[in-house]
Amino acid sequence: MIDMGEETMTAENGVLKTQLENGLTIVLKEMHHAPVTSFWVWYNVGSRFERPGHTGIAHWVEHMMFKGTPQFPSGVLDRIVSREGGQWNAFTWIDYTAYYETLPSDRIGLSLQIESDRMVNTIISPEETDSERTVIISERHMSENRPTFHLFEEVQAAAFRVHPYHHMVIGDETDLKTMTRDDLYGFYRTWYAPNNATVIVVGDFESDAMLAQITEHFGNIKTRPLPDLNIRPEPDQRGERQVNVKGPGDTSYLTLSYKSPPASSDDYFALALLNAAFTGGSALGQGGSSNKSSRLYKSLVSTQKAVTAAAWIRPTADPFLYTFIAIPPPGSDLTALEEALDAEIARLATEPITQNELDRARKRARVEFTRASESITGQARMIGMAEVLTGDYQWFETALAKLDAITLEDIERVRATYLNKDKRTVGRYIPNVE
Amino acid sequence: MSQGSYPNAQSIQQHQFENGIKLLMYRNPASDLVVVRGSMAAGGIGEPREKAGLADFAMQMLMRGTQARPFEQIYDDLESVGASLGFSGGYRRSGFGAEALIEDLDLVLDLAAESILRPTFPADHIEKVRAENMTGLQMRANDTRSMANLRFREMLYPDHPYGQSADGYPDSISQITQDDLIAYHRTALAPDGMVIVVVGNIDFAAVQAQVAAHFGAWRNPDYVAPIAYPDAARPAETVRVHVDMPEKTQSDIVLGLPGPRRNDPHFMDVRLANTILGVFGMMGRLGQNVRVKQGLAYYANSRLSSSMGPYPWQVNTGVSPDKVEQAINSILDEIKRIQNVPVPASELADSQAYMTGSLPLSLETNGGLASVIMSMETLQLGFDYLDKYADNVNAVTPAQVQKAAQTYFSAEEIVIAVAGPPPA
Repeated sequence: MIDMGEETMTAENGVLKTQLENGLTIVLKEMHHAPVTSFWVWYNVGSRFERPGHTGIAHWVEHMMFKGTPQFPSGVLDRIVSREGGQWNAFTWIDYTAYYETLPSDRIGLSLQIESDRMVNTIISPEETDSERTVIISERHMSENRPTFHLFEEVQAAAFRVHPYHHMVIGDETDLKTMTRDDLYGFYRTWYAPNNATVIVVGDFESDAMLAQITEHFGNIKTRPLPDLNIRPEPDQRGERQVNVKGPGDTSYLTLSYKSPPASSDDYFALALLNAAFTGGSALGQGGSSNKSSRLYKSLVSTQKAVTAAAWIRPTADPFLYTFIAIPPPGSDLTALEEALDAEIARLATEPITQNELDRARKRARVEFTRASESITGQARMIGMAEVLTGDYQWFETALAKLDAITLEDIERVRATYLNKDKRTVGRYIPNVE
Repeated sequence: MSQGSYPNAQSIQQHQFENGIKLLMYRNPASDLVVVRGSMAAGGIGEPREKAGLADFAMQMLMRGTQARPFEQIYDDLESVGASLGFSGGYRRSGFGAEALIEDLDLVLDLAAESILRPTFPADHIEKVRAENMTGLQMRANDTRSMANLRFREMLYPDHPYGQSADGYPDSISQITQDDLIAYHRTALAPDGMVIVVVGNIDFAAVQAQVAAHFGAWRNPDYVAPIAYPDAARPAETVRVHVDMPEKTQSDIVLGLPGPRRNDPHFMDVRLANTILGVFGMMGRLGQNVRVKQGLAYYANSRLSSSMGPYPWQVNTGVSPDKVEQAINSILDEIKRIQNVPVPASELADSQAYMTGSLPLSLETNGGLASVIMSMETLQLGFDYLDKYADNVNAVTPAQVQKAAQTYFSAEEIVIAVAGPPPA
C-alpha cells in the first residue's frame, strides 16, 4: 500500500491497482525471479468500436502507431527496443488493442517513454498511410489464402446481423481501399486517451518507484471526452442460420457456432468448463493440448467420422461465439459428420457431464494456468485482458477458484441455455469440384 | 535469469547411463511445471522416395497403443492429469516433448518409455493416422506458403535428403505398411546417443532414479544409426520454379541456399549477417525495404536455423501476384548490398545488442531452458555456450559479416520458388 493522497488503491496478491487523475488505470505486479519487466498499454478499443465504411480501422491505427512521432520517427521505435534486447509487439482484437515491450528491467524506462509519447504524438502522415494501406491489404490477402478465414468471416457475418462482431478485425477490403488518413487520425484522437487505457506492468521492479515513473510520463496527458459508443446489441436469434463457402482445395470444414456469454457473465466459466470436459478444449481460453480422451474425440475421430474435432470459447466483452470445428476424412463429405456432431452434442442432455469428467477438466485447467503464468509477458497479457474485459484484474488470477465452485447443475444449466440449435450458425467450407 | 546464472557445466546436472542415454537436469524453482525433452539419433534421412514420411509416421504411431496400455488408456492417463506428451520425427533426430506438474513426472516418463520401447502399431490406428496425414498433405497442397517451401527444398537439394519432405507425399503415405513401421521401429530407435533433458523444480537424484527405472534396461542390438548429412552443393545459376495455385489471392515466395552447418567456424558471422538482413527490429533490411518503404508485403524476413546439416538459409515473403518480380528484385538488391557494402559498425552493434540482450527472455520458461540445454548437447555447442555467447556475438566484425554474406548468400546462384496464381 502506498500513500498517494486521494488516489484509491488496492494491493492484493502482491498486485497493486490504482488510477491517475487523468483516468489512466494502472495495475502493477512485482515478480523478482528474473531481471525482466513487461510493460503494456491496453486501449479499450477494438473492431467492436467500428462502423460500416470504417471496418479494420482499429487494426490499421495499431499499425500506424509504429510509424512515428516527432520524438521517435518512423523506423526508430522497433530498432531502439530491439537494440536493448527487448521483445515488442502489438495486437488488435474485437475488444481491445494492446502494445507491449518486455525488456531487461534496467531498460524499462524506454518503454514508458515510447508508450506515453505515442499515446498522444503519433503523426499518421498521408504518405505513411498510403504505404501501409498496401501492407494491410497484403495481410488480408495472406489470410484469404486460408479456407478457414473465409469460413469464419462468413459465419461471423451471419451470426451477428446488428452487432459489430459482424466483421473481422482486419476489415473489409473495400474499406481498406477507401479509408483516409483523416479517418485514421480521427479514430486515434478519439480513442487513444489516458481515460480509455490501462497500463499493466509485471516483473522485476519496485511498485512505488514504477508508479512514480508512470506518473511522471503519463500524468500530464490530458483526459479526453469519450464519445458514447452506443454499440448495437445483437437481437435474439430466431432459428438456425447456415452459410456455405466454396473455394479451392480438397478439404471440407464444418463449424457450429453457438452464442457464448461475455467474460463478465457468471455463465462464462461454467460454459468454458463444460467445453473443457466435453471436448478437451481449454477452460482458460489458452492453446489446447491433446484431447484424445474427450467424448468429442471418441465419438467423432475414434469412429473415423472426422480426422480432427475441437471447440473453443474465448473471453469477450459482449456475447460472442462458442465454436466447434471438425474436418471429415479424405473423400467424405460433411453430411455424416454433421449428423454425428449434432448427435453427440444432443447426447449431453441425456448423458450429462459426470463428476469425473469435471474433475479432470479442472486438473487440466490447473496445468494450463501454471503454464500461462510461467513467463512475465504471459502474466501481463492475462492480467491486462482480464482488466480490460471485466474491469477486474483478478478475473484471470482467480479463475481456478471460480472453476472449483462450478457444480454439475451449473454445467447442465449452461448446456441447456447455450447449446441451443436455434441460436447457432452452421458453417460449411466446400471445396470446388474441378 | 541474470548473466552468471545461465545453465552451464556447473548448474546442469549430467548423468551418462550405460546404455548410451545422457540425462541432463536443470533446476528452476520458479515454476511448478516440469518440462521433459527426449531426442534419439533417428530419423527419415536416407528414406527411399516411395517410403518418404515413414520415420515421421512411425513416431506418430508410438502412442497409438503399447504392450501395457491401449490407445484409449494412454490418453486417459495422460489427459486426466493435464499432462502432455507428443512425438515427432526429423531427419537425423527424433523424439518427444512432455509437460506435467511435478507430481505427474513419473507418469509421463513411464508413458514416454513405454511408447518408445513397446509400441504395438495396431492396424486400425495405422489407418486413422494415415487418414489424418493424408488430410494434412491435402491442406499442404492448398497452402501457398507450404507449397513454395516444398518446391524450394526440392529444387535446392536435388541430390540431398533435405530435398525430400520428412512428412512424405500422398503416394508414399498411402503405401506405408504395418511391416514398414515395425521394421523402422526395430532398427531406428535406440538408447545409443539419446539425450533426455528435464527442467523444473526437481530433485536430481529422484529424477535420475525415475529415468533409470523407465529407460535404464533398454538395449537395441538391431540399431542402425542414421547416415551423416552429406554436403549440399549450391546451384550454378538461378533456379526458378512456379507452383500454379490459380484461385489464391496472394503469392508466396521462398528463396535461398544451403546454409552453413552449426559447427561451421563462421556460423556466428552468418547469423549476424542474417539478423541484419532480415530479422533485427521489424524484419531487418528486408522488412524496411519490402514492407516499410514499398508497402509490398505484410512479412519479408530471412531465417537461418541451427542444424548439424547444411539446412537452408532462406528468405520468405508473401505479395500480390502482380508484385512478385518487384519483391524478388528488391530482395536480391538487399542481398547484393550486404555483400558489396560493409555494414556500418553501428548497425552491426544494434544486431549484436539485440542478440545478446534478448537471451534472458528466451530462458524465461522451462520449455525455453529445456530447448537450449538440448541444443547445447545435440548441436555440440558445449555447456559454456551461454556463458560465452555474448563474447562470441560481440567478436564479429563488419568485415566478417561482409565475408559471410559473400560466401553464404548469393543473388545469382540461388533457388527461387513462387506459389500462387500463374504469372500474367
